[in-house]
Amino acid sequence: MKLFTRTAAALAMMIGAAQAAPTHLTVGMQLEPPNLDPTAGAAAAIDEVTYANIFEGLTRIGPDGSVRPALARSWEVSEDGLTYVFHLVEGARFHDGAAFDASDVKFSFERAMAEGSTNAQKGLFEPIEKIEVLDPATVRITLKRPTGQFLFNMGWGDAVIVDPASAEGNATHPIGTGPFRFRNWVKGDSVTIERNPDYWGTPARLESATFKFIADPTAALAALMAGDVDAFPGYPSPETVPQLQADPRFEVVMGSTEGETILSTNNARPPFDDLRVRRAIAHAIDRQAIIDGAMFGVGTPIGSHFAPHNPAYVDLTGLYPHDPDKARALLAEAGHPNGFKATLKLPPPSYARRGGELVAAQLREVGIDLTIENVEWAQWLEQVFRGKDYDLTIVSHTEPMDIGIYARPDYYFQYDNPAFRKLMQDLNAAVDPARRAAILGAAQAVIAEDAVNGFLFQLGKIGVWNAKVKGLWHDAPTQANDLTAVYWED
Amino acid sequence: MRLSPALVIGAALSLTAVGLAALSFFWTPYDVTRLTVAARLQPPSAQHWFGTDHFGRDIFSMVMVGARASIAVALVAVGVGAGLGVPLGLAAAARRGGWLDELVMRLNDLIFAFPSLLLAIMITATLGPGAFNAVIAIGIFNIPVFARVTRGAALSLWTRDFVLAARVAGKGAARISVEHVLPNVANLLIVQATIQFSLGILAEAGLSYVGLGVQPPMPSWGRMLNEAQTMIYVAPWFAIFPGLAIVLTVLGLNLLGDGLRDLSDPKVRRAR
Repeated sequence: MKLFTRTAAALAMMIGAAQAAPTHLTVGMQLEPPNLDPTAGAAAAIDEVTYANIFEGLTRIGPDGSVRPALARSWEVSEDGLTYVFHLVEGARFHDGAAFDASDVKFSFERAMAEGSTNAQKGLFEPIEKIEVLDPATVRITLKRPTGQFLFNMGWGDAVIVDPASAEGNATHPIGTGPFRFRNWVKGDSVTIERNPDYWGTPARLESATFKFIADPTAALAALMAGDVDAFPGYPSPETVPQLQADPRFEVVMGSTEGETILSTNNARPPFDDLRVRRAIAHAIDRQAIIDGAMFGVGTPIGSHFAPHNPAYVDLTGLYPHDPDKARALLAEAGHPNGFKATLKLPPPSYARRGGELVAAQLREVGIDLTIENVEWAQWLEQVFRGKDYDLTIVSHTEPMDIGIYARPDYYFQYDNPAFRKLMQDLNAAVDPARRAAILGAAQAVIAEDAVNGFLFQLGKIGVWNAKVKGLWHDAPTQANDLTAVYWED
Repeated sequence: MRLSPALVIGAALSLTAVGLAALSFFWTPYDVTRLTVAARLQPPSAQHWFGTDHFGRDIFSMVMVGARASIAVALVAVGVGAGLGVPLGLAAAARRGGWLDELVMRLNDLIFAFPSLLLAIMITATLGPGAFNAVIAIGIFNIPVFARVTRGAALSLWTRDFVLAARVAGKGAARISVEHVLPNVANLLIVQATIQFSLGILAEAGLSYVGLGVQPPMPSWGRMLNEAQTMIYVAPWFAIFPGLAIVLTVLGLNLLGDGLRDLSDPKVRRAR
C-alpha cells in the first residue's frame, strides 16, 4: 500500500513537471470586429484585438491611463507647446519585414488627416500643422495651437503607425510593429495572433493568443466554466459574478472603464429637437434602477458625458432628478400632453438590451411609448451611427476623453451648439491643468443642461480570468486587451 | 361511458392554461409592464407566488400573460393551418390521382422537407420578429399536416356507399366534400388540432427563446427562459416556473388529444 502511494506521488510529480505553464491564451470577447484596421473603423472591438498587440503608436496608454513611450522612445515639447520632437526606436520592423522609420509616421498621420480618410477619429489629428522627417529616427510635429491632450491622443488606437505598402490590406490582414503578429481570422469565431520573433522591444511572454467571439452572455459563462476561454476581460454577464467569485479557479476584478453609457438621442429629429422633451426624458429616467436592473449594481451614475474617475469630473447627476410628474409637465408644455410614440434601437450588449427595457418602462410612465427594436452591430453602425436614422438608442461610448464628439454637428447625436464648440476650442488651446479642468467642467455642464442625451451610467468593467493568468488590465482606460505583459503562473 | 384519466387530466391542465390566459386580460396580481427594480430576484413568497425577475416583475403575472401570447399564437396558427390545409386535403381527395392532388401533395412535401422549427425561424428572420409573423411561420408548417390527415381519411370515405349514393343523387364533388366527407373526418381533425396546438406552443416558446417571437415589454414563456438562463444559479425560480408552464400546457394538450382520440375510436372504446 505504501509502495503504491509512493509510486502515485512520484507519478503525480512527473506529470506535474511535464505540465509546464501554458503559453497560449484564449481571450473571450463579446463582439467581433468588423475589420482589423484601427485606423479605419470606430468599433471598439478592433482596438480590443489589435491595440498594443499588433499595432503601436508613437505613445501608448498604460493600464492606469498614463501616457507611455512606444515607437517614440522619448520626446521634447517646445516652450510654447507647439512643437513636438519625437525620437523613434531604431531597428523596429513591420511584420512583413519592412523597416520602420520616421517616414512611416509622416505617412500614417497624413493618411489619417487626408480628405478622403476613413479614420474614425480624424479630430485627433486636426491640430497638426505639419509633420517633418528630420532623420530616419526623428520626427518633428508642429501644431496649429497648443493641444494639452496631444501625447495622450497619439496613444489612441486610431493613431497607430502603419506601413505604406501594407496599409490598405490591414482590414483583413493587419501588419504592424507590435510584439504579436496576425495569424488568422476565422470569421464569426476567432482571431489568432502569435508572438513576433523579431520584435524590437521586450518580447511577449505568450507564444500565441486567440480572441474568441462569444456574443451570448450565457455562452460566455459556459465557455469560462468549461475552460474554452481563459479570460473574459469584458465579461458581459454581471448576474453570474457571485457564482464566479465563489469559484477558486477564477479571479474576478471589478474595474472602471471609459464607457459612458448613454441614451443617445437624435437631436435633429422632432420631437427630440425640443429641449423640453429632452429634459422630460432626463427627468423620467431613474439611473439607479437601470444600474441595478441591467447591470446588477455594477456601474456609477453619470450626469454628463464624462468619466467619474477623471480629476476634472463634475457630478451633475442631481441636475434632472428622477421626477415623473415634472417630466409629464414638461411634455405637456412642449405640446405632447398625451406623450408620443418613438422607437428605441438596441445593439446586442446586455447593458443595452436590458437597459432598454428599463428605459422603455420608465418613459412609458410619463407617456412616451417606445417600440423596442433589437439590431445587430452591423445594422447599428449602418443605420444609427452612419445613417443617423433613429430616435433613441443605448450605447456605451468607450473612447477615453471623448466629450469632444459633442462639438461635431455631423456626429450621430446631431447636436449643434456653437457655445460648446467654442469651449472645445478653448480647451484645445489650454495647457494649464487647472484651466483645462475648469473648461471641462463648463463643457460637462453645457451638455447636461441641454440634456443632449440621456446620461445613464459609467460602464463598470468586470474582468474574469483563470486565477493563474497574470498581467491583464484591471481597468480599461482605453479600449484594449493588451497582452504584451500577460503570462501564466506556474 | 367512463372518461379516461388521460382525458380528464389533459382537459384540466389545458383548461387551467386557457383559463389563466383569459383571466390575465382582466386581472393579474401585478402589472407586468411595470418594473420595480428594488424588488428584483425575490424568491417565491406570499406576495410573489412565483418570485420576481431581474426587473422586479411578478413571475406569476408574467406566466399568466405569457400564456396568453403562447395560446393566442398557437391557436391562430392552428386556425391558419386547418383553414388552408383542410380544404386543400378535401380537394386533393376529391380529385384523387388528378393533377390537383399531385400539386397539393408535392407542395406539402416541399414544406415537409424543412424541419418545422427551422422553417419558422427562417420565416420570422425574413419577415422580422413579432407575434404576427410567428403566427404566419407556425401556421405555414401546420398546413401540410392538416392537408395530409384530411386527404388520407377522406380517400377511404370516397369509396363508401353513402358517398356513392350522394354522387348518384347528382351532388357535385365540392358539396359531397362538405356535406358528407368533412363531418366524418371532423373527429380526426379535432384530435390533430389538439396535437398541433401543443406543438404550436412549443414552437412559439422556441421562437421567443431566440428573440423572434412576442417582443418586449410583453412577456412570453420562451423569452423568460432565455432571460432566466444566466441567472439559473442565482434565481432558479425564474427559469423553473415558465418552464413548468410550458411542460404542463404541452402535456395537458397531448393528454387531451390522446383522450379525444380514444373517445372517437370505436375499437378502443369497445376494448375498455
